[in-house]
Amino acid sequence: MSLVSIRDVRKSFGELEVLKGVSLEVAKGDVVAIIGRSGSGKSTLLRCINGLEAYQSGAILADGIEVGGLYADLRELRRHVGMVFQQFNLFPHLTAAENVMLAPMVVNKVSKKEARNVAAEVLAKVGLSEKMDAWPSQLSGGQQQRVAIARSLAMRPKVLLCDEITSALDPELVNEVLKVVEQLAKEGMTLILVTHEMRFARDVGTNLVFMHHGKVHETGKPKDVFAAPQTPELQQFVGGTAH
Amino acid sequence: MIYKLQFAELLPYWDVLLQGLIFTVVLTLVSTVAGIAVGTAGASLRTFGPKWAGAVIMAYVELIRNTPFIVQLFFIFFGLPAAGVMLSETTAAFLAMTINLGAYSTEIIRAGIQAVPKGHVEAGVSLAMTKWEVLRHIILNQAFRKVYPALSSQIIIVMLGSAVVSQISAQDLTYAANFVASRNFRNFEVYLLAALAYLLLAMLTRSLLRGLGRVIFKAK
Amino acid sequence: MLQFSFWDILSNLLIATQWTIILSLIAFVCGGIVGLILLFMRVSGVRPLEWFTKAYIEFFQGTPLLMQLFLFFFGIALFGVEVSPWMAATMALTFWTSAFLTEIWRGCVESIPKGQWEASTSLALTFVEQMRYVILPQASRIAIAPTVGFSVQVVKGTALASIIGFVELTKAGTMLNNATFRPFLVYSLVALIYFCLCFPLSWCAKKIEGRLNVAR
Repeated sequence: MSLVSIRDVRKSFGELEVLKGVSLEVAKGDVVAIIGRSGSGKSTLLRCINGLEAYQSGAILADGIEVGGLYADLRELRRHVGMVFQQFNLFPHLTAAENVMLAPMVVNKVSKKEARNVAAEVLAKVGLSEKMDAWPSQLSGGQQQRVAIARSLAMRPKVLLCDEITSALDPELVNEVLKVVEQLAKEGMTLILVTHEMRFARDVGTNLVFMHHGKVHETGKPKDVFAAPQTPELQQFVGGTAH
Repeated sequence: MIYKLQFAELLPYWDVLLQGLIFTVVLTLVSTVAGIAVGTAGASLRTFGPKWAGAVIMAYVELIRNTPFIVQLFFIFFGLPAAGVMLSETTAAFLAMTINLGAYSTEIIRAGIQAVPKGHVEAGVSLAMTKWEVLRHIILNQAFRKVYPALSSQIIIVMLGSAVVSQISAQDLTYAANFVASRNFRNFEVYLLAALAYLLLAMLTRSLLRGLGRVIFKAK
Repeated sequence: MLQFSFWDILSNLLIATQWTIILSLIAFVCGGIVGLILLFMRVSGVRPLEWFTKAYIEFFQGTPLLMQLFLFFFGIALFGVEVSPWMAATMALTFWTSAFLTEIWRGCVESIPKGQWEASTSLALTFVEQMRYVILPQASRIAIAPTVGFSVQVVKGTALASIIGFVELTKAGTMLNNATFRPFLVYSLVALIYFCLCFPLSWCAKKIEGRLNVAR
């Protein structure tokens, strides 16, 4: 039984069709790396999964909830599907701990004390226990992103969507974030990542999805796909990017 | 008891209302041109003129911006004659509106002038232009381009504020509405009509100004 | 004929000033409350609410305040209700203020980066929760300066209430002018008092804005 099921999804922005019939099945514990050129539709696909973008036809089911239904369903969906953004999007008027505590308190109606415990737990998991009461502006990019990950984890999602979460980081900060994601993968979290980090995709991913012009162009086990890309587009893409 | 709105009773007075409308339009037009001229001079002097001129202009701007237009109007129409200056209602209305818009546009244009990158000024000066030449050929053009939207808004605000000149019996749209109301006691209907006329005028002015801006500045 | 000394004039004006202040405060506070409701409606994404708010703002920003005062004054009377200048002035100024404040605040809300909306959406917060915990706290910081700046317009707006007979500072000035025939003095004092009320507010707004720009 797939945890996330995407069937023949089409999405257009006005006249421009960005997703041209995408199908994908993600099982529990999978680490799906979505790669491809800019404009191939990868981020759009990810944002369709948690309802940030609406799609015109096809179906997406996440943890049994149909995505694209009513507003109330979307709220329920987002308690099961978390998202981490390229630009971190931490709330600047709240400390790291408060950022993490907000959703559990407001959405899940958890008490402040318990929320703080959860915050302590997830911030420890991403290695930022000592930064609990720091302001986002006092943190480095890598630290902010790790707080963002912790913030999503506090909601105990079944699936975590990562939209190019290291693309906005200075090179030396990328690793600390990837390490956290790798640890999550090891612990069995279902992850769907749009990424440019090929090495990470190959070493940590269980499935690789190469998107091209709005469709899933090639998929397979990362090690296999990287070793022997079948389609010329992927060969070109893989050949062109550094390993 | 439900009151039935009687707009039909306004019809015989259409010419009175139209005249008032025209007066409002002309008043706004003339005051706008004069007011912006004042504003340009004021802003230029404030930025490039002697310190004392700057202080005087700042005092003028703050005085106008921190007092109600109606008080300024009353001061000019009722107060000045006591000091020997006699003015007709129309003149007083024009004067008050020009002075009012002049103060606001001084501030707006000054902000525009200060927003022009210093590098442009330095380039002009390096080409042996005097600061007034730099102002005229380089700065004002850019300043206006930048603050045109703010200036347009202010013009509309002043136009709506002009309704107050009716209080010194200047024969604008509001005065005409008052006149009609005193004749047939259809206060609500005539003021509603006048309000909608002002609204239409505001919308038209906004579109016109936007179009004018596109022509003048040839959106680069 | 009654002789008014300088102090007679000034003290009468100052007494009337109380009403200017009271009217300003009520209009500002009530206008703020209504404006906040309108703000939620305007950014809610619910089409009919947005259209209503847009039309409301268009009307109150696109017609003279004087017209609005007249409409409330004569309009309410049509329903057979006794309307005093005080009531009409309070209502007109409240709605007028709310239209401007909601536009100012909307600008502040819209300047909050989209990422903040997306992040809080992804954390399953509802629209109201997003506004309350994430957007408004950030937007209100930006909103303080222009809101204080607008309070000056409210004080100036109360002067128009004199036209429908409400006795505040301007009306007192007019009455004193009629009694003393010393318009230069009377209106100078009226202007001075308004200046004393408004200038501190303008100055505050400028200071706050300056501090905010430095902090960025």
